[in-house]
Amino acid sequence: MCLAVPGKILRIEGDTAEIDFGGVIRKANVTMVEAEVGKWAVIHAGFAIEIMDEEEARETLKLWNEFLSSEGTTFN
Amino acid sequence: MFKYRDEGTAKRILAAIEDMGIESKFMHVCGTHQDTIVRFGLEEMLGDAGITIQQGPGCPVCVTTSKEIADAITLADNGVTITAFGDMMRVPTSIGSLFDAKSRGADVRIVYSVEDAVKMAAEQSKPLVFVAVGFETTAPSTAVPLRKELPANFSIYSCHRVCPPVLKTVFDMGETKVNGLIMPGHVAVITGYECFRPFSVMYDMPQVVAGFEPLDILMSCYMLTKQRFEERAEVENEYTRLVKPDGNPVARQLMDEAFELVDRAWRGFPTIPKSALALKEEHAAHDACRVHADILATTPDVEEEAKGCRCGEVLRGIMKSEDCPLFGTACRPADPKGPCMVSDEGSCNIAYKFRKV
Ligand code: SF4
Repeated sequence: MCLAVPGKILRIEGDTAEIDFGGVIRKANVTMVEAEVGKWAVIHAGFAIEIMDEEEARETLKLWNEFLSSEGTTFN
Repeated sequence: MFKYRDEGTAKRILAAIEDMGIESKFMHVCGTHQDTIVRFGLEEMLGDAGITIQQGPGCPVCVTTSKEIADAITLADNGVTITAFGDMMRVPTSIGSLFDAKSRGADVRIVYSVEDAVKMAAEQSKPLVFVAVGFETTAPSTAVPLRKELPANFSIYSCHRVCPPVLKTVFDMGETKVNGLIMPGHVAVITGYECFRPFSVMYDMPQVVAGFEPLDILMSCYMLTKQRFEERAEVENEYTRLVKPDGNPVARQLMDEAFELVDRAWRGFPTIPKSALALKEEHAAHDACRVHADILATTPDVEEEAKGCRCGEVLRGIMKSEDCPLFGTACRPADPKGPCMVSDEGSCNIAYKFRKV
């Protein structure tokens, strides 16, 4: 129910946007977010509930790994 | 880019947890978390690192009471078109399910979003009700159409519930001792996480807002263990790529416009104060509870749980699905005895789907 999936915004028309979920295109309502073409939105029950921070997503994994090594965890 | 599944990183996180040498039991309250945990076998990996995971009341369909489902069935049997998410259709009650109503000729339809329901209402003259289920993740979307002119025959039966009060109830009941909470990321996306801070203070409870990839879960377990290791109890955010401290203000505004908090029973729980969302007075014309009050007054009494079904205990986090005597025998997804076996987010359904055979 709280399943929400990221998709890329292809086109916006009023409250509605076309979203690309890895090749499958569906419409979603974007009232709740600052939609921009090219951004990733997270969609739940036909509505975009938030925009994914792409930069943050990319950095997170890098940071975790750096952090874990600084903790002295050598297991790899 | 959003697939957090690297095995090397997973091993590092697990090793870092093990290094701290603390055994913990963490609870989460989200069926989507449970799916990730079971699907990717995280339970076993975390178990080896000393972490036990327990699902709490985190499946909106499961916590919806039989009474509410019986209301929807009664509306359907009285000539009202019922629209709902697919998960709701097969939840059994002592007067059957919505699907049973459909097979005896009632107009019951699955919709993907509230907007589908509004469209269908516009295409017919007979009354149509959207049975709205879900936590804060879903409630704002139900509120969106209420900003616009709606077909007069359209109304909403709100089963929406909010997350913080049920957590408080779980802690106050004290049946299950947990050392930390994995917070539902897609609730926090809307609410932010400031509203959960009191739990850390009141119950000395470490909390981490978590995403839904395997590494998100592992990392949140690491962050929780780390808090315990450092004797802290705070709210931290692991799901930084999506969740902001103050959540989504536009979505919360939508909820405020449409709903007010009311007391309501949850399956497995007593009535929880201010735990559900009812439509505000100004939306009375589209509130199924008001519009169809005469029909709803005729809803027969139903038993809250089928004989032998332990969903209540599963939802309170004191019993594992597999330990229910009916699990996999008298109760299977094809012949469910309780909502936890029906919903994709129900822990019985998830346990059955990924069971070892
Ligand atoms: S296995 Fe079936 S009967 Fe047992 S608790 Fe789950 S839904 Fe209820």
